[in-house]
Amino acid sequence: MVNAIRRTGMVLMLALASVSTMLAQDSTATKPRYDTWWLPEANSTVAGPIDDLFYLILWITTAVFLIVFGALIAFIIKYRYREDRRAVYTHGNNRLEVAWTVIPALILVFLAIMSQSVWSDIKMDAPGADTSVVIDLRPRQFQWDIRYAGADGKFETPDDISTTNQMHVPINKAVLLNMTAQDVIHSFFVPEFRMKQDAVPGMVTRYWFTATKAGQYEIACAELCGLGHYRMRGFLTVHTQEDFDAWYAAEMAKKAAQLNPPAAAAPTAPTDTAATAAGDTTAAAASGAAGAGSAAGADTTAAVDTAATSR
Amino acid sequence: MDATTHVIDTHPTIEHHHAHPKLTFVQKYLFSLDHKVIGIQFMFAALLFLLIGGILALILRWQLAYPGEALPWYLLGGVLPETMLASNGALLPEFYNTAFTMHATFMIFFAAMPLLIGVFGNFLIPLQIGARDMAFPVMNMLSFWIALPAGMLMVASFFVEGGAAASGWTGYPTLSAHEGFTGVGLGMNLWLVSLLVLGVSSVLGAINYITTIINMRAPGMTMFRMPLTVWSLFVTAILLLLALPVLTAALVMLLMDRSIGTNFFLPTGLLMAGTPLDNVGGGQPLLYQHLFWFFGHPEVYILVLPGMGIASELLSTFSRKPIFGYRAMVFSMIGIAFLSWIVWGHHMFQSGMNPVLGTTFMISTMVIAVPSAIKVFNWLGTIWGGNIRFTVPMLYALAFIAMFTIGGLSGIFMASTPVDAFIHDTYFIVAHFHYVIFGGSLFAIFGGITFWYPKMFGRMMNPTLGKIHFWLSFIAFNCTFFPMHILGIGGHMRRIYDPTVYTHLQHMQPINEFITISAIVLGFSQIIFLFNLLYSLVRGERASANPWQANTLEWTIPSPAGHGNFDDIPTVYHGPHEYSSPLVTEDYLPQTRRVGEDAVSLAVGDARAVPVANGNGAHH
Repeated sequence: MVNAIRRTGMVLMLALASVSTMLAQDSTATKPRYDTWWLPEANSTVAGPIDDLFYLILWITTAVFLIVFGALIAFIIKYRYREDRRAVYTHGNNRLEVAWTVIPALILVFLAIMSQSVWSDIKMDAPGADTSVVIDLRPRQFQWDIRYAGADGKFETPDDISTTNQMHVPINKAVLLNMTAQDVIHSFFVPEFRMKQDAVPGMVTRYWFTATKAGQYEIACAELCGLGHYRMRGFLTVHTQEDFDAWYAAEMAKKAAQLNPPAAAAPTAPTDTAATAAGDTTAAAASGAAGAGSAAGADTTAAVDTAATSR
Repeated sequence: MDATTHVIDTHPTIEHHHAHPKLTFVQKYLFSLDHKVIGIQFMFAALLFLLIGGILALILRWQLAYPGEALPWYLLGGVLPETMLASNGALLPEFYNTAFTMHATFMIFFAAMPLLIGVFGNFLIPLQIGARDMAFPVMNMLSFWIALPAGMLMVASFFVEGGAAASGWTGYPTLSAHEGFTGVGLGMNLWLVSLLVLGVSSVLGAINYITTIINMRAPGMTMFRMPLTVWSLFVTAILLLLALPVLTAALVMLLMDRSIGTNFFLPTGLLMAGTPLDNVGGGQPLLYQHLFWFFGHPEVYILVLPGMGIASELLSTFSRKPIFGYRAMVFSMIGIAFLSWIVWGHHMFQSGMNPVLGTTFMISTMVIAVPSAIKVFNWLGTIWGGNIRFTVPMLYALAFIAMFTIGGLSGIFMASTPVDAFIHDTYFIVAHFHYVIFGGSLFAIFGGITFWYPKMFGRMMNPTLGKIHFWLSFIAFNCTFFPMHILGIGGHMRRIYDPTVYTHLQHMQPINEFITISAIVLGFSQIIFLFNLLYSLVRGERASANPWQANTLEWTIPSPAGHGNFDDIPTVYHGPHEYSSPLVTEDYLPQTRRVGEDAVSLAVGDARAVPVANGNGAHH
């Protein structure tokens, strides 16, 4: 009898171990990047706290679920109709009512408090423009128009760097997105960062994040914006600081060359060598998926990093 | 009869026995003033719209599982026109957006609400409170005959140029505010007009229900002796009355923005394809969202409260026990209704509204979970210690508890603003509301129709078919909607025509396939219910007055109930859920049955179980 229990226990443990291994996130290089039917990798500074909250709620709700379902099934079995029985004639129990009002209320207040501390962390303290990379995001049907301040550090000036659907940011540094939709409501969503923010026409909404793992991420539009909503896919490349600086410098150089064609290139643009060392290659295929008619203006550049160096 | 010493006198009922002249077919069946006929009219109309909504769901599910593949014949593949299908027979993106918009619109406004409120409200309220009809029978008839054209307008919108609405059932501007953003012109205007017309129908109905319940209860039928079904419909009607005008305002403003050049929701600097729009400016898209959800959140409780009332009634009846915590159940419904006005912002956590509102609405949303939890525990308390008869209605009611619990628990994730930042606009949300509306309300509707069918038609629905339908639906439902939680957790967005565009979603396609196949099984299983409904009309076993041995007033009159309902207005002596009472040998005690002096001393909601008194052969 005891051996049977031990055997069953080992089989169960084995089963549990295999299942959880299959489900567990594995970041070894050999596995494909998206393969789990669960939360994606947590690659921003807020992703961890949000995931923690998610799991907290998951365990609480699972416990409640088991209690309710356990009781339901037990009662269905135990109290099924029998001719010789009579049901318990009761109208209720006040003490129970109080108990199952107060206990859920306490649990929910607790969850609200835990949630609020995460919410205020991620929403109440925007990074300053001096300590972050500031990006201007103007989504439209059906693409992400992205703008950097350029060499002069100011937006709405001729040297602004524009891209379509290609966002580049450095790792471990705050990135502040100021967004306004051009036409309809869109929503900027990167699953690995765990946040999304609606972009609304006629108002500026802000979203900031600090990426913690280099690589290329997909930007998804998460608010119905019309026919092309499903293909409003962008790319966010998280570089090492050096690679980002190099990319940015190269962009500034390109921009300067555009603005002053015959004369010498801009003095501050250092390193063409650095740019090539970063391994910039253009692969046009990726940007094609974003679809609907491109360039609103002549300023769009589509530069895609392979990001092989950054992984 | 001695009506003075023992009967608690409510408002005197207005009794009028007048001989009816023989009614023509049109008067009796088409423009009937009889609340029961009107309720049945709502039922057949709503089931038709349920069918339309269901087919739309299956069509869009096909596209999600097999993007770009031709629709099969059984999902109208050969029938849909080329404005909806590509040359190879696959769904076009334009029609996909219309499909999910119209699926939700039909299901919410033309199936769930008419079934819950139009059918059960109309049919049951006068019967269960002991009245001959509603307070305003003509207005009641108008309520149906305004709703039906509204539904027909909605169907018609498919056939106009540009097709039917494609901005989601939520219809957010600016996408919905200008034809150029979606390509949908007249179809969206018809959508707006249809809902405006339907709103009139609902408000008229709400006025009728509230007035009837307050004024026309039979002698002895105090508020706290009303069945919980009536309570739920009463609270729902009050929500409808107050919430619908706000929707009306939002829809009128949107219609005006679309047609006569106002700018409620169109902001300055709005571009279309990179070009500034003329005569546009000063509006705020978020204003619409506030207005819509100020209606929208009470609306979702409108969609679930009657189901809760029905479930309570079925659980008590078939456990042969009083409702556990009747007063708590009443007050929790009132609490839910009251709180539903201050949680609307949880639909807008990521909308760009002030983050401080993310805090306030989170708190109120967490709080509103409490009364729902109270109800779930009281339902468990009701079946505890019972003597459960597993009739078909009881199966649905038990499933209601289970599915509503899952749906309610998943709501807690969304209540937490930071977690919502991730799962907003993903399939996690889709899973949540289908669990509460389909797993909750629709299962309660199936149970309620099966339960009251004998009173409507004088026959029983076939129990074997009922059980087959139940099990198929229950299993297929969970197979369809539970995996959607997983999709959402994986970051799968809503309302997207082709998930395979995104690398981070491709690996979850097997889940999409599984859901679609389950959905097709679920959809086609409903044929069994429809067949049972129609077949039993002519072949069902004839029903007695009280085939379920239930307590409420409708079971004291013949099946089907006759015109005028009661020969004499009944007098009520105790609460509606007095099952297994120690005062009688049977395990049920109709509200009209008087059993000695102790009858009126049974205070409803008494926390102590009444000790066995007077013998009477009752035993535990």
